[in-house]
Amino acid sequence: MSLAKSPWIIHVNVNSCNGCDIEVVACLTPLYDAERFGVLNIGTPKQADIMVVTGSVNYKNVNVLKNIYNQIPDPKVVLAVGACASTGGIFHDCYNVIGGVDQIIPVDAYVPGCCPRPEAILDGVVAALSILESKKQGKIKGKEVKLKGNEVPSNA
Amino acid sequence: MNVNDILLAVLVLIGAPIVGCIAAGIDRKITARLQGRVGPPLLQPYYDVRKLLSKDNMIVNKSQNFYVVVYLVFIVLSLLMLIFRQDILMIIFVYTVASVALIVGGMSTGSPYARVGSSREIMAILAYEPILILYALAIYLLTGTFKISAVVDASTPLLAYTPLIFIAMIFVLNIKLKKSPFDYSTSHHAHQELVKGMLTEYSGPGFAIIEIAHFYEYVFLTGLLFVFWTVNPVIGFLLSTAAFLLVIVVDNVTARVYWQWMLKLSWTFLLAISIVNIAFLYFSGVKI
Repeated sequence: MSLAKSPWIIHVNVNSCNGCDIEVVACLTPLYDAERFGVLNIGTPKQADIMVVTGSVNYKNVNVLKNIYNQIPDPKVVLAVGACASTGGIFHDCYNVIGGVDQIIPVDAYVPGCCPRPEAILDGVVAALSILESKKQGKIKGKEVKLKGNEVPSNA
Repeated sequence: MNVNDILLAVLVLIGAPIVGCIAAGIDRKITARLQGRVGPPLLQPYYDVRKLLSKDNMIVNKSQNFYVVVYLVFIVLSLLMLIFRQDILMIIFVYTVASVALIVGGMSTGSPYARVGSSREIMAILAYEPILILYALAIYLLTGTFKISAVVDASTPLLAYTPLIFIAMIFVLNIKLKKSPFDYSTSHHAHQELVKGMLTEYSGPGFAIIEIAHFYEYVFLTGLLFVFWTVNPVIGFLLSTAAFLLVIVVDNVTARVYWQWMLKLSWTFLLAISIVNIAFLYFSGVKI
């Protein structure tokens, strides 16, 4: 139970429209107060446990996402917040969009909605806690995701 | 070194982090209540440390965690020297070594955020060190020795002749606990522009040791204020607790300032009131 009592979150915005980001920040306000679960919004990936990703991934920021994922020490979970992070959302057809976050890095929990309510995001964080705990028990390590160049593939 | 001393040392080694942990918990709880939130459980700092110890240790160079251990060892050493009523000047020097170890550790990682945080922490040392030296000088002028045991044995409290230095020491407490308005070297409130400052590149057990050292530091710094009223330990305890609570409230009602502001405040106002106090002690020649 040591991990579930103090989940520290890093919030990564990849190409999000800011709607989900505002809802994520709303979780920290006095009304929802995520800190009562020990949740801290931490700046550096090296001290984070849960990676909250908002927005669909495009060719410009895919390496940033991979880089931040690689820097989080194990055990770690990834939480995709919003329709864009889960599937690509309304941007899934765009020429520059790769798709949901799970195309790039392994995602453990999804919070659907455009944009999701703060209650739903808190629910997603609490769901991620048990996954975090089971990863600790099973000693499951996140695989290192290789960085590539930023070039757009010809078939895109 | 007799059996009692060893027992006291063991008690401090075990008890200080517990007290510091609860103090940090009270800090977070009061902060949450002042912001109209429920806030984390009282033992949240303990849960944080336990979690950090179970995480992977991700380091950028081999010496990084060595500096953290140096920081912990010297903080514990300065606390033990304070408990055993040693030379106040020596305590300040040992304590400075601890602060410098953290700065060198931050500089060694090469992260630009860690460098910015470390250089700001150097400015903080520049700001509070003269006050600490004048505090030691006040003890010397009043007792004729730098030993804290002379203050403890005296029949008059130190505060009776050094009220201005006490005010300056509260500011030192604020700077050293890295509370607002002087929380710019490392603070998780500043994560949007500074990430985590000096401690950006620490993770897992290394960061847990820093947190534990902070617990010792809480006790050590409030202990420096306790020295002001050792005649009656209850009043001394209340005095240091009140100062600590004041720092928490100030943390919540002020915003982060430029480091220049701190340097100006420290080198004009704080230094001036300390020197006035020292001049009074020197010319009146009072002893306790």
